[in-house]
Amino acid sequence: MRKLTIRAAINEALRQEMRRDPNVYVIGEDVGIFGGCFGVTAGLIDEFGPERVVDTPITESAIVGNSLGAAATGLRPVAEIMFMDFVGVTMDQIFNQAAKMRYMFGGKAKIPMVIRMACGAGGSAAAQHSQSLEAWFMHVPGLKVVAPSTAYDAKGLLISSIRDDNPVIFVEHKFIYDIEGEVPEEIYTVPLGKADVKREGDDVTVVATMAMVYKALEAAEELAKEGISVEVVDPRTLQPLDNETIINSVKKTHKVVVVHEAVKFAGPGAEIAAMIAEEAFDYLDAPVKRVGAPFTPVPFSPVLEQAYIPSTEKIIAAIKEVVA
Amino acid sequence: MAVEKEKLQWMYKNMLTIRNFEEKVAELFAAGKCYGFVHLYVGEEAVATGVCANLRKEDYITSTHRGHGHLISKGGDLKLMMAELFGRRTGYCKGKGGSMHIADVELGILGANGIVGGGFPIAVGAGFTAKYKGTDHVVACFFGDGASNQGTFHEALNMASIWKLPVIFVNENNLYGISLSQKKSMNVPDVAARAAAYNIPGLVVDGNDVLAVYEAVQEAVKRARSGEGPTLIECKTYRYRGHFEGDPTVYRSDEEVEEWRKKDPIPRFEATLSQMGIMTEEQMEKIRLEVSEMIEEAVKFAEESPWPSPEEVLEDVYA
Ligand SMILES: Cc1ncc(C[n+]2csc(CCOP(=O)(O)OP(=O)(O)O)c2C)c(N)n1
Ligand SMILES: [Mg+2]
Repeated sequence: MRKLTIRAAINEALRQEMRRDPNVYVIGEDVGIFGGCFGVTAGLIDEFGPERVVDTPITESAIVGNSLGAAATGLRPVAEIMFMDFVGVTMDQIFNQAAKMRYMFGGKAKIPMVIRMACGAGGSAAAQHSQSLEAWFMHVPGLKVVAPSTAYDAKGLLISSIRDDNPVIFVEHKFIYDIEGEVPEEIYTVPLGKADVKREGDDVTVVATMAMVYKALEAAEELAKEGISVEVVDPRTLQPLDNETIINSVKKTHKVVVVHEAVKFAGPGAEIAAMIAEEAFDYLDAPVKRVGAPFTPVPFSPVLEQAYIPSTEKIIAAIKEVVA
Repeated sequence: MAVEKEKLQWMYKNMLTIRNFEEKVAELFAAGKCYGFVHLYVGEEAVATGVCANLRKEDYITSTHRGHGHLISKGGDLKLMMAELFGRRTGYCKGKGGSMHIADVELGILGANGIVGGGFPIAVGAGFTAKYKGTDHVVACFFGDGASNQGTFHEALNMASIWKLPVIFVNENNLYGISLSQKKSMNVPDVAARAAAYNIPGLVVDGNDVLAVYEAVQEAVKRARSGEGPTLIECKTYRYRGHFEGDPTVYRSDEEVEEWRKKDPIPRFEATLSQMGIMTEEQMEKIRLEVSEMIEEAVKFAEESPWPSPEEVLEDVYA
């Protein structure tokens, strides 16, 4: 099958949905002729023009608020927040306005909007351009949180997100944009709230998100040589979380390591680990282990940043601890 | 306007220092020796120089993602700056911050900033301290044309204006915020026009004329020190390089760049200095050599500096 990078798969999802539905449009900083800071919206302006590929001033609060207002009145915006870190500027519009509007109005509003944002460390972009903040949004009732790891998932999940009638936070890890995978040319959806087993195994379950899926797979490959069989589960959607797929894996392996790049304390893994403890305690043969970033901002120097980002070695060590 | 000879010479040397520093960083970045995002100040040297020539050590500045020029002008140490860009332990932030977060609190430099618009309220806070403690310190808040569209701009200017805080809002209007032309990001030709909304003075100056910047800011600083409140000064300028190193600059024409090259603030000031009889070409050449030596020393210092050790990642989170 044809291969695309994650970047190109997202671009294709946007393009196909914009062709299908004239109410779908893209809005954000430098999304037009510049093609987006990470090149994700490249070329869209040539096909759809500046009315549907809307360059905004530097004004995140109004990018999201404007999208919310438009969504509540019949459009389907896909807003881009260049770096996830900049989302702080617009938090009120996300968590007090977009997330709650439907509930506060007694179910009488529909908010079909997507907010795409790039997360992740790895390029010495330092503390305000490298964070993984997905747990913030998992905590807010009314939002959905999507975090793909492959090109196939990215395209199908983005299409589902655009068609969803709720505000969706769509998190893209900027250091996997170039990873290629098989992607059908036609339109397809990957349902929100459905995890995917990226590798089957029997001895231990590793629940990993975004860039960490690749490190978990690397760890699995490494440990296979030592006779340890690792199952890698990618939740793909963090809210709603697919408890069932995770629990089924735990029932098979009886051991779990949860891995994400976000800060470990109160990160997405905290919820996943707690959910497993509540729902599958009797199946566990070892305490759930988590691997995440230390409780510090993201440092600049490559030496420090490498120490910060969870490594394949750390994942291997954690797996060895639970299978020991 | 009579500006002392020493000050004029300082301005010249400072502008050259910024230019050389930035051109060296471009070269080092291309060679993979410094990391992350670097946004260079080449072409805008007259702004930071003209502003900081009015400031004392105790005064404050808030800077931006394009901050090297501000830092140098406020007295930043080239060696510590370069070592920071190299990610070394000896750098200004021990390798934790990099280009977008360089700071020297002792020199009143409250940090470059990775968040566009992040500096406005911080500047107002430093002004609040000055007023609270009854000092005559002032704050220069540097920001771009693009940044003036953030909500924090309005919030901060309003606050500074109602409380008459000693802040000089220095707009560096280089016509673009990344790819978006100022013409498309606001419906007024001058950022300075926005001052009217806060009932504070708003001036437009030629940001490539260091003396014009100096003069305008001198007045604003006087106002601020005497408790009359903030001023907004818009400096029209241009960045010769891309938004960041690596930017293909598809959004502007070569002709436009060429037009602005003709207004390069450094040769312009050289002409002024020789006309005024302040410096001869030989004296300028001597300064050029001095400056390039300083830059070479800074690079050497950075290259020879140790890396942080990985455990240091955990330090400095809390006091
Ligand atoms: C809150 C926030 N939004 C967006 C960005 C990305 N960004 C970095 S610099 C920049 C353009 C800034 O334009 P301007 O204020 O005119 O400063 P200039 O770069 O021209 O000096 C943008 C959009 C950011 N760093 N922070
Ligand atoms: Mg600008």
